Amino acid sequence: MRFPAELKYTKDHEWARVEGKVVTVGITDHAQSALGDIVFVDLPKAGRELKKGETFGVVESIKAVSDLYSPVTGKVVESNAALPGDPAKLNSDAHGQWMIKIEVTDAASAGDLMDASAYESFVATLK
Amino acid sequence: MLKRTALFEEHQRLGGRLIDFGGWELPVQYSGVMDEHQACRNAVGLFDVSHMGEVHVEGPDAEAFLNHLVTNNVAKIAIGQAQYTAMCNEEGGIVDDLIIYRRAEGRYLVVVNASNTDKDFAWMQKIAARFKAQHPDFTLSNESARYTQIAIQGRHAQEVLQKLTSTPLSPIKNYWFAEGTVLDGIPAILARTGYTGEDGFEVYVAWEKGPEVWRALLEAGRERGIKPCGLGARDTLRLEVKYPLYGHELGDTTNPLETGLGWVTKLDKGDFVGRAAIAAAKEQGLKRALVGIKLLERGIPRQGYPVYTPDGATRIGELTSGTQSPSLGMAIGVASIALPHSAIGTRIAVEIRGAKIPAEVIATPFYKRPY
Repeated sequence: MRFPAELKYTKDHEWARVEGKVVTVGITDHAQSALGDIVFVDLPKAGRELKKGETFGVVESIKAVSDLYSPVTGKVVESNAALPGDPAKLNSDAHGQWMIKIEVTDAASAGDLMDASAYESFVATLK
Repeated sequence: MLKRTALFEEHQRLGGRLIDFGGWELPVQYSGVMDEHQACRNAVGLFDVSHMGEVHVEGPDAEAFLNHLVTNNVAKIAIGQAQYTAMCNEEGGIVDDLIIYRRAEGRYLVVVNASNTDKDFAWMQKIAARFKAQHPDFTLSNESARYTQIAIQGRHAQEVLQKLTSTPLSPIKNYWFAEGTVLDGIPAILARTGYTGEDGFEVYVAWEKGPEVWRALLEAGRERGIKPCGLGARDTLRLEVKYPLYGHELGDTTNPLETGLGWVTKLDKGDFVGRAAIAAAKEQGLKRALVGIKLLERGIPRQGYPVYTPDGATRIGELTSGTQSPSLGMAIGVASIALPHSAIGTRIAVEIRGAKIPAEVIATPFYKRPY
């Protein structure tokens, strides 16, 4: 299981790369492993306003449906249009496959994201 | 405390991801659902199905009792033959689907679904108590704890299993079985039955012999690319051939004629439990049918999703099962749908998270094996 140090994490197993006001979001290696073979991804269009913790999309494996939750409050500025056509990429490289980019409108909403070691400890408690 | 099969430690050793399945701790997957599914479709897969329940029905009146209990005609089963059938309640709903093996004159093995075993056995005992007033000469015993059941499925299943037994397998026709031995004289029932749509066998041995038979099959199948398969692949494999599953297509309130079991419901064979209710429903006109569907746009259909007319105005049914088909690469499902909308080619819509996704009723089985 990989926990890249340059990323931040949520308890819902999204990763977030914070670069200035823009946060790039995906799902973690742990999430893809727990889901199994991923066969469907639905992502929002650019322009969608999201509150922290709000559902922004869905990912489905053969066996399970899982909502995706926004790690911050802001506005979607870009959606990875290539991903829904090849969702299995999330299984082979979860941290390399981004889903959406959010322009943060409430900086405080990113305050409680976990760093890699905190997330790794959190995942360890789930077993 | 979850129940474990004799193969529990084998699943742990193979890295199986263990889950609670109807009170049993069983692997949902080992290498991955997709990988295991493809191994079974293209080569051979091995499944621990020891959680299934086994009931012995024996005695001169066993046939008459079973024929009273189930929907199919038990009198038609030859010695050495198996029959798929259903057991109904008095209202014509389905208590369970099952397979009856006729081992000898007056000697039957009845195999039921794992999570239903206790309910089924209690129901069988209740019907038996009543039936014995007229036909007392038979016994009923729940022998589930004595069996390990292993399914070996796929185009190379016979070749692999043959390495473990001197019983000739090729003469065994579909839904027939032989009683022989595997490995060093381990008694086994070798049945050409299964739940995947592939050729293959279900092998019954004594509980404690399970691990050595399982390991020997994995070894014997290695050069053919055998893979252990979990419950996840078992579900996608059965769904691609539209085999029903209790709790999905079948349930206590579903009439067999409205859920794809008309072919095993013999209303003219004489009286049986539920017959009057099923016949009355038929007389009044059946209202629903079980159909295969595919989505015409992106999405994954799942059990419980509502089905509508294409304009989204009228609800006409719901999904009983659904998945992304690993073999066909499309989103397929099985739906219980109002009869007027059940013809192949009918356009429908499936509601997924509030959106109505266009879909179509298509011919089943979705997948047909190419050999």
